[in-house]
Amino acid sequence: MALLVSRSLTKRFGGLVAINRLDLDVQEKAIHSIIGPNGAGKTTFFNCLTGFYRPEEGTLQFNETVLVGLSPDRITSMGVARTYQNIRLFANMTTLENILVGMHPHLRASWIGAILRTPATMHEERMAHRQARELLQFVGLRGKGDFMAKNLPYGEQRRLEIARALGARPKLLLLDEPTAGMNPRETMEMMAFIQRLRNELGVTIILIEHQMRVVMGISDRVTVLDYGTKISEGTPREVQNDPRVIEAYLGTRGVAAH
Amino acid sequence: MTPERGWRQAIVAGLVWGLSAVFVSLVGLVEAVQQRQIITGVIAGGHAMLLLMAVGAGVQAANRLAARGASRVLLGAALAGAIAGTLVALLILLSTIVNMRPILVGATPTLFAVLSLGLGVTALPWVVIIGIVAASSGAALTLLPPTVRRLTVTGAATVLLVGLFQELVQLMLQSERIARVRDLFFTIDGLPPRGALIVLAIAVGISAVWGQQRPKVRRKIADLAPGQRRAVQTVGLVAGVALVLLMPILAGPFLSQVLVLVGLYTLMGLGLNLEVGFAGLLDLGFAAFFAIGAFTVGLLTTTGPLAIANFSWWTATLIAVVVSLISGVFFGLPVLGIRGDYLAIATLGFGEIIRLMVLSDFLRPWLGGSQGVLAIPKPVLFGYELRGPEQLFYLTLGASAIIAFVAARLRDSRLGRAWMALREDEDVAQAMGINLINVKLLAYAIGAAFAGVGGAIFAVMVSSVFPHSFTVLLSINVLALIIVGGMGSLPGVVVGSLALVGLPELLREFSDFRFLVYGAVLMLMMIMRPEGLWPAAAQRRELHEEVERVPEGEMVTKVEEAGT
Repeated sequence: MALLVSRSLTKRFGGLVAINRLDLDVQEKAIHSIIGPNGAGKTTFFNCLTGFYRPEEGTLQFNETVLVGLSPDRITSMGVARTYQNIRLFANMTTLENILVGMHPHLRASWIGAILRTPATMHEERMAHRQARELLQFVGLRGKGDFMAKNLPYGEQRRLEIARALGARPKLLLLDEPTAGMNPRETMEMMAFIQRLRNELGVTIILIEHQMRVVMGISDRVTVLDYGTKISEGTPREVQNDPRVIEAYLGTRGVAAH
Repeated sequence: MTPERGWRQAIVAGLVWGLSAVFVSLVGLVEAVQQRQIITGVIAGGHAMLLLMAVGAGVQAANRLAARGASRVLLGAALAGAIAGTLVALLILLSTIVNMRPILVGATPTLFAVLSLGLGVTALPWVVIIGIVAASSGAALTLLPPTVRRLTVTGAATVLLVGLFQELVQLMLQSERIARVRDLFFTIDGLPPRGALIVLAIAVGISAVWGQQRPKVRRKIADLAPGQRRAVQTVGLVAGVALVLLMPILAGPFLSQVLVLVGLYTLMGLGLNLEVGFAGLLDLGFAAFFAIGAFTVGLLTTTGPLAIANFSWWTATLIAVVVSLISGVFFGLPVLGIRGDYLAIATLGFGEIIRLMVLSDFLRPWLGGSQGVLAIPKPVLFGYELRGPEQLFYLTLGASAIIAFVAARLRDSRLGRAWMALREDEDVAQAMGINLINVKLLAYAIGAAFAGVGGAIFAVMVSSVFPHSFTVLLSINVLALIIVGGMGSLPGVVVGSLALVGLPELLREFSDFRFLVYGAVLMLMMIMRPEGLWPAAAQRRELHEEVERVPEGEMVTKVEEAGT
């Protein structure tokens, strides 16, 4: 069975149907891209998946557990972590602290343990700090542990946000436009980095992306949404040649919108 | 900057400070402060205040014109001073033409005698000239080399403070043995010019020597071996602690009383700081927890008719902490889903509910209604009654130290990080796997427990507990002090309560103007130093200084070694 299964998932905002009866299977250790014009419902899908929105109809199953109705923190603890389209770091905390917050679900220390600094708490903190530094190194931010997150350059903030998500040791990582606002070189680096995440850490990745070069370059599978409805799905090559996709992007509606 | 703009800003500076001077004169502040002699026969508080305002106008004008050369700076400052002086002169002139008293109660003949130096209308040109001179010297100050400027400001400020608080200083030098030291500075009338000169010389001398030696001392300490450096730090720490412990003996009962009050506000500040500063949960009903702590101790220890038990203060305090902790959870439950401004209003309502419940007729048989709980005995430690303010000071100090320690440990823990994340972005914090209900309730509960300790000490300090002591104003005062001290900063809480609670207590005569000054200080703080007097981030960076210099890999191994 697939790691993530969505069946006729529907999310409405008043009269607007943001996601319309979406069926989606994400296989384990895949890089699965979701593409579509603006307002197609991609980020809404992420918000349903992470428990931030509650879908009106349909089911979502992760690792054979039903996600609908669970709170965001429960879902994260089960192994789903995400990044945001507009970077949402804890700006006034250091990079290391950001990652440590990401590791929160795996730490057990209680407030009494924190006050008394029990050996167990101290041991856990040391291990957590070490892992956080390893994660910093993994995303190429070695030596910047004490920088305020807001003082990092844009590209590094993106990578820190991924490191923070990795702190939760996710099985499924949701990346919302990780290359937004990047120049071609940075984009290439980010592509290689995403592939490393999958190959070295074995994380399954769902990617929302606008840059076709990225999508076509690294995806195992691509799902195309338009007005909340899945209009095509397959390998990058299959999707590229699907007339419905071409119409959604370049066809009459697309041209009229721009 | 265009030339006109620079001049315009000099004019604005003159107008702002001049109008401020007119304002503080008309509300009666100048007249009140004038009663405090700074230097006997030379200058008193009111004149000092007006002079400082003229200096302020000069400094502000000078800062605006700083890029345009010394002569422009002085000219601009003189212009600002002239405008400020003219405004005050116009006020004096107006007073001779119309009687303003029917409308402005503060416009007394005494005030105008103070403003016109007792000279009447002939003083008008002098007032303007004094304005020009004071503002120009303020501007000249900005042109001096930094070292000289520092010495001048330190010297002048010390003389001003010693003069202003001379009664306190004299009180501290009261004992016979050091009477000769006192006589060196003070006469029966106060601080004479000779004493002021000695104070000035000492302040400048110490400041000069310290300014010269500080880098050397720093370097020497930095060069020491880690073991020795730790020894030096320990000695410094012990000296600091010893000084604090000796405070009540040096300061006497009045100052100790003030310090106890500062300590109580520090305790509350630490609690509210945990909610607002760490977790970002704005709480305007905080006084309720203080009240709960105070009433619990009151009811459990009182010898009066409302007694429900006859516990010792220590037992009662432990129970009070637990009760406030639990009340914090109950307080937090209904406001869990509320954020930001709405939370402030909801908590405001909650605090009032608690106060009104205590006042209600329904609970009067148990809580005493507006009469409150009376006859609360003082705590007894090893058969020794902690009676006077000096003893209570140690109690407050001990409690504050423990609670600051607990707060610091919580801040640096997993929970502290979760609170910070919550403060920064609640949605993302939840998406990081943080259980919002848990961490919010913990913040309310622990913050409430801190305030409960404060309440427990408050109950024995005044020996009685009334619901009127726990108004919204108390909550707002505590909020103001953590903002002034620096949100989320632990030393900031102490600095904030010293500034907003300690200082007003020392300047009791001006208590009519307390909230005027309070408001002005808050506004100025928010404009000029919104991060607070002792901000948290700077402090943290200081603590992490060493960490930043060491590459990460080494850090890890070091920590590992320490652990094994």
